[in-house]
Amino acid sequence: MSTDYAIQVRNLTVSYGPKPALLDVSFVINTGELVGIIGPNGAGKSTLMKAILGFVKRDIGEVYIFGKPVEQTRGLVAYVPQRGTVDWDYPVTVHDVAMMGRYGHLKWWQNESKEDHEIVDECLKMVRMSEFRDRQIGQLSGGQQQRVFMARALAQGAKILLLDEPFAGVDAATENAILDVLTEAKKAGITLVVVHHDLATASEYFEKLLLIKQRLYAAGPPSLVFRQELLTEVYEGKLKVFTDLIKE
Amino acid sequence: MMELLSFGFMQNAIMASILASVACGIIGSLVVVNRIVFISGGIAHTAYGGIGLAFFLGISPLLGAGVFAVTAAVIMALITKDNKYRADTVIGAMWAFGMAIGIILLDLTPGYNVDLMSYLFGSILAVPKSDLVYMFILDGMIIAYILTWYRQIHAVSFDSEFASSMGVRSDLIYMSMLVMSALAVVLLIRVVGLILIISMLTIPPYMAERRSNSLKGMMIYATLFSLVFSLVGLVMSYFFNLTSGASIIFVSAICFFLSLIYDRVRTSK
Ligand SMILES: Nc1ncnc2c1ncn2[C@@H]1O[C@H](COP(=O)(O)OP(=O)(O)OP(=O)(O)O)[C@@H](O)[C@H]1O
Ligand SMILES: [Mg+2]
Repeated sequence: MSTDYAIQVRNLTVSYGPKPALLDVSFVINTGELVGIIGPNGAGKSTLMKAILGFVKRDIGEVYIFGKPVEQTRGLVAYVPQRGTVDWDYPVTVHDVAMMGRYGHLKWWQNESKEDHEIVDECLKMVRMSEFRDRQIGQLSGGQQQRVFMARALAQGAKILLLDEPFAGVDAATENAILDVLTEAKKAGITLVVVHHDLATASEYFEKLLLIKQRLYAAGPPSLVFRQELLTEVYEGKLKVFTDLIKE
Repeated sequence: MMELLSFGFMQNAIMASILASVACGIIGSLVVVNRIVFISGGIAHTAYGGIGLAFFLGISPLLGAGVFAVTAAVIMALITKDNKYRADTVIGAMWAFGMAIGIILLDLTPGYNVDLMSYLFGSILAVPKSDLVYMFILDGMIIAYILTWYRQIHAVSFDSEFASSMGVRSDLIYMSMLVMSALAVVLLIRVVGLILIISMLTIPPYMAERRSNSLKGMMIYATLFSLVFSLVGLVMSYFFNLTSGASIIFVSAICFFLSLIYDRVRTSK
């Protein structure tokens, strides 16, 4: 098997209850690609991310990260979760949240080194959050919090970055800031997989898309994925919007 | 006032307050930020079963409480790991079951005449030297625990999913936090008693959280707050001949409400 792929998913089936959340999904993502995952609510997008992280139990199938089974690759994949999973009253500053990304590199007796601090400062700068470094994490807007989590993931120094709906509910300025970070990370050779909700911008932001609803409906460049019959089948009933999209 | 300090029991009580405050500050902070208040309450009350068993078998009550509390912590960690939201029912059941076992075993113990109240509500003025040694060892374990795993604990408490993605065994860290809470419960039994432990584990850390931007800071403030509360409660308990646990919690609760009012006034300004 080739190790050229950053991520390889083979015949993946995951279920929480009787009905599978993901059914027989297979695809590959090459190193350095910027990939968008699209699909309606409950399609299994977050579940797919968790499978790539090795968080959920697989019924069938394999996930390989740089050619190695996912279980043996903890720490290679950094993750920015979908919003709202943490306790915002938690006593921690912006800087300290980003520093958590470095924890994997530190043994218990080691202090955070000068290099760790430089990396953290650099990452906060990249997401344009330097001026907030000493704020408690709850005293930020949603978009700012999202950027702090991106800084934490970047600080990990991982070669693969998974982001679950980073653009959900942010304003245009934050959207641009996040987009800049994605572009820079891609330049640095990082493989990026992003769950994305907004079909209107999906083809503009990503070079490759995965269209998911329990099964993988399409994978490839936006032109290949944005086909009327596919979108109609996956997003039942919202046809008009798509007709506009496809014409563009 | 000064001559108070010359009494042996008073010296023991002060020592016990210090030892308890350290446990309270560290473990209480973890209890608060992880929102496992109810679980630690469950652990504390289950420990009563251990006290009953200890009297029945004629062994050390703190040992009995410790074994029961740690067992309860492990079971609760397994139950709450996957299903945090319905776990409260099971915890409630264990809570009551532990108490029931304790009461039944005490009923069955022939001619027992211990002061049960002291385990339920604390008796800091009657802490023997031997218990201080236990408490000292437990504090040592808690401090070693937090120094060794501080980062993992911090990362898991804030965002366990992210911690897992970095390769931290979140489930083990979570379980270890519950087991350490169980040890803290044992340590606090003598000071505030089983029934009032929850408030000792939550009031000082809660007040500390509002005054700190880091988990470390929160633990240090919480330790100081609980030390002040226990010393003031201790003095009250001595002068007015009151139950120590109740006095300490009374002082804590008053300060807690005052701090709420203070925070409210300050933020509305
Ligand atoms: N922990 C869980 N337990 C049981 N079912 C779950 C769990 N998490 C997700 N599911 C179910 O699995 C399916 C896929 O969920 P998932 O969160 O992956 O969807 P999603 O595509 O990320 O949706 P959204 O766009 O709303 O974020 C849904 O039907 C959901 O109800
Ligand atoms: Mg999702």
